[in-house]
Amino acid sequence: MTLVMTDGMTIQMGGTTALRRVDFSISKGEIVTVVGPNGSGKSTLMRAIIGAIEPTEGSLTRAPGLRIGYVPQSLHIDPTLPITVRRFLSLPNRKPKAEIEAAMARVAAENLLDKQMFTLSGGQFQRTLLARALLEKPDLLILDEPTTGLDQPGSAAFYRLIEDIRQESGTAVLMVSHELHVVMSASDRVICLNGHVCCHGSPDVVASAPEYRALFGSGTQGALALYRHDHDHDHHQHDRDHDHAEDHAHV
Amino acid sequence: MFDDFLVRATLAGIGVAIGAAPLGCFIVWRRMAYFGDATSQATILGIALALALNLSVIVGALAVALVMALTVTSLSGRGYSMDTLLGVVAHAALASGLVAVSFLSGVRLDLMAYLFGDILAVGQTDLAVIWLGVALVIAIMFWRWSALLTATLNTGLASASGINPKREELVLTISLAIVVAVAIKVVGVLLIVAMLIIPAAAARPLARNPESMALIAGVIGALSAVLGLRASYLYDTPAGPSIVCVAAGLFLVSNILGRFRVA
Repeated sequence: MTLVMTDGMTIQMGGTTALRRVDFSISKGEIVTVVGPNGSGKSTLMRAIIGAIEPTEGSLTRAPGLRIGYVPQSLHIDPTLPITVRRFLSLPNRKPKAEIEAAMARVAAENLLDKQMFTLSGGQFQRTLLARALLEKPDLLILDEPTTGLDQPGSAAFYRLIEDIRQESGTAVLMVSHELHVVMSASDRVICLNGHVCCHGSPDVVASAPEYRALFGSGTQGALALYRHDHDHDHHQHDRDHDHAEDHAHV
Repeated sequence: MFDDFLVRATLAGIGVAIGAAPLGCFIVWRRMAYFGDATSQATILGIALALALNLSVIVGALAVALVMALTVTSLSGRGYSMDTLLGVVAHAALASGLVAVSFLSGVRLDLMAYLFGDILAVGQTDLAVIWLGVALVIAIMFWRWSALLTATLNTGLASASGINPKREELVLTISLAIVVAVAIKVVGVLLIVAMLIIPAAAARPLARNPESMALIAGVIGALSAVLGLRASYLYDTPAGPSIVCVAAGLFLVSNILGRFRVA
């Protein structure tokens, strides 16, 4: 079952095109990661999916009654705004006490409930945001660079937590990330974005795609096979794509 | 009871303090103090227009405050930063208001009364208008509180929950225009922002949640009105500024108390 689908979605903001003819979809239970350099439209795509911006052209369809749990890229809470974690988790709708405590226990942060939001560390903050997203009982969990500001072990633990949650609840996960290697191994599909969809497919496929390598360098990952190409691509020659893939297939 | 000018003044002050409390909190949280300044300064133009057209001052002030607030909200994000835009629009409105006033021959306008308020001159009709405005704002706050708070925390979180942050900003802007318009008589154009911000800031060290901060701000504001008017009566000081001085004193006290509580 498809949760969100875009068809030729173009988004213009302030006269510049942030996204061009993006075909995207995510189905129930999938983990999809969006990678791309700064300014490639990753956050714009997320913002369109949560309904913060409307497509300029093309369409975006959400499954009826779709529940989205959203973990924003950065959330600065001004110290002038006093709010306990408990109260924050009940925004915008009141949640039962037991559910709040269960959600915080799930992210191993139940001891934070009575702390003030602005006193939390980066990792505690992300766990709290995740707990809030889980309280929505989401069909789709959207995480926009959720590990910004976490150290290596912290972000690894965070991604493990997300995988566990997917296993338990069957929620689909859509993630934006910079930490390509960590994220890609956990994903069912990876979408490489640079204003348009450069390439997409399973993690190993994308890692070996020339478009991906052009954007991110070769790294150390072995390549397997090239899965698919977007046809409006213009910085690479089409007829050579498949040769390329096979070159790498047996490395 | 409403015959006594001091009773009317006190009730007017308490009313404004209650209406200003939740809005003051949002102004502090969203760092939009300058927005309040700009809206209130622009109302001088509204007052001038109202006098010229023989309308009620509050109608003129409300109209200009609304136009001002809507203009700035819609202009923001179009090349100029918010504070620059506000600086242009607010001072343009204030200046043209002052110029307009000079053309009003025949009408003897006591500008000081509008700049600093004349709470002791509050009549029964003024009192009714103030409390109606305040009741309206409080009703809006109750109705939109959760959505406003979510949009203040993060626009993305709000959108994902089906809340339109732009719409909430508009709700806040309109509420602010209402409070500014009804408070002119009480504290005047120059001190309205003080009544919005100082009680909210004074409430901060004593509050653990947004709701309690708004409540405490209301109490502090009302207390400032009562004590300020009393002081003004006893020592023959100007009423509006006396209220603001008391509020500032309470701000100091609450911050000292807050220190002790943390330690």
